[in-house]
Amino acid sequence: MRDTSYAAVLSRKNEIMKASLGIDFDAYVSSPVAFDYERMMSETGYALDDIVRIQSETKVGGTPLHELTRLTEAVRATAGPGKGARILVKDEAANASGSFKARRASISAYEAKKRGYAGVIAATSGNYGAGVASQAAMRDLKCIILQEVFDSRGVGQPEIVEKSRACEAYGAEVQRLSVGPELFYVLLRTLEETGFFNASLYTPFGIRGVETLGVEIARQVRERYGKDPDAVVITHAGGGNLTGTARGLLAEGCDGTRIVACSVDLAGLHMASDTDFNRKSFTTGHTGFGVPFATWPDRVDVPRNAARSLRYMDEYQLVSQGEVFYVTELMTKLEGLERGPAGNTSLTAAVTLARQMDRDQVVVVQETEYTGAGKHHNRQLSFARENGIEVRVGDPADNVPGKTIVLPERLEQVRGRVQEMDKLRLSYLKNAAKLHPVEKWTDGDVAFLAADLKKDPAWVRQAVANLA
Amino acid sequence: MSVARGTWVEIEATVLQPSERAPGLPEDTARTPYVLRLSGFLEEDAEVGQEVRVKSLIGRTHRGVLRLVNPGYDHSFGATVPELLHIGLRES
Repeated sequence: MRDTSYAAVLSRKNEIMKASLGIDFDAYVSSPVAFDYERMMSETGYALDDIVRIQSETKVGGTPLHELTRLTEAVRATAGPGKGARILVKDEAANASGSFKARRASISAYEAKKRGYAGVIAATSGNYGAGVASQAAMRDLKCIILQEVFDSRGVGQPEIVEKSRACEAYGAEVQRLSVGPELFYVLLRTLEETGFFNASLYTPFGIRGVETLGVEIARQVRERYGKDPDAVVITHAGGGNLTGTARGLLAEGCDGTRIVACSVDLAGLHMASDTDFNRKSFTTGHTGFGVPFATWPDRVDVPRNAARSLRYMDEYQLVSQGEVFYVTELMTKLEGLERGPAGNTSLTAAVTLARQMDRDQVVVVQETEYTGAGKHHNRQLSFARENGIEVRVGDPADNVPGKTIVLPERLEQVRGRVQEMDKLRLSYLKNAAKLHPVEKWTDGDVAFLAADLKKDPAWVRQAVANLA
Repeated sequence: MSVARGTWVEIEATVLQPSERAPGLPEDTARTPYVLRLSGFLEEDAEVGQEVRVKSLIGRTHRGVLRLVNPGYDHSFGATVPELLHIGLRES
């Protein structure tokens, strides 16, 4: 019998990954830091048209793009003369399973079926689990979802409890686990036991599936407004949403569109801490994932991550929990649209951006997600109160993650703040240097790192010289 | 009280003892065991608190301690947070 201790299972990581994905990552790797990203993405074997067809078979894509006219008016009332861009939202809640994550799951499920796997597995506490379970149901595949749900008191984060319910509703086996990064260990062990396909969030299949979202936005905005979107705001955690959407926009030729990431600022909370676990009011779309995944993408459950956010990101906005809850409630009342926290995070940044942009410009919030029991701003705030977090109305600048949530009094107080991009890029380079000493970097390595940072090789050389 | 074979139940199992957990965990997490909860159909008549086997929704067998009988979901919209109600109203 195989040794199933933590260390033994982790040491078999590479062989388990190869068997459960059928991708030989070694074929793309040229050094400890560099690999042929574009070749890895194109060798999925799917053209964009194939992806559209596959997704249309399983109730994915073709979602509406709504103009939020009353919210736009409200923002214009707080903006300077001539300012206040139109705010649009791509209603991704209309996908099967209620979020854009259905796009991300669809190609993995198709691939798993085509290659004769009996089932699919994903380790995820978010919408992606529901996406995989729903897509697996339609492809007649078995499905296992592994989730980090509860703390050592046995108290589950309400939003994740709702995801457990959704995954079981779609017929999946749901393994609900306590707080800890050992979710990855359980994933490896379960892949080994079952021989199922690894529907990881970070494979080329996952990211390519999101490209159709960018394509649809480009086409819908052009058709209605006769121009490209000026900015697209994307809630950012692991980086797949941003990467896939940006790739789709670029495939449609939207070279001038600003790609803006947005995360909820949870600075100071430790993501692997049992006590901090239920002191967060957001389970994803926050800086606890957004910053580490941007500054080193290859920290995931596959050897090389297809989600590489800094390769596409132009700007990064941070918002507070209180600001997002305020804007969520405002959208509900002004637009008659009740949606979950993920899209409302980028909507919050879009309010700030629209206020700075000209009236004839267009800013697109590229997703919504379903809402319901547990997965609702009222529940997150009442849960925060139950866990000793102060909730009050005031100046959102007084938000302290894990201690105080301040709901703004007025829309003009929704301002967010800017995350400095070069700080992230330098942090990325430091991580690269830890893995592979700078003096060993070849021109090929530098070219890869530059592309991964949306910069040129000269910038990378200069930045590294300054770091030293 | 005996729970009949075939009943929908929840089990709990310790996946890793504190000493077996991943290195580098924050101290508060490191001192707790890594625990699994899973629902399935009970494979044999048993009492709550006994070690049992269950069959999951996809037919896989899991072992653990019988914790709940006919487990459901009771997550909700929570107690009303009155501060939210004022947002977006035309209040003077």
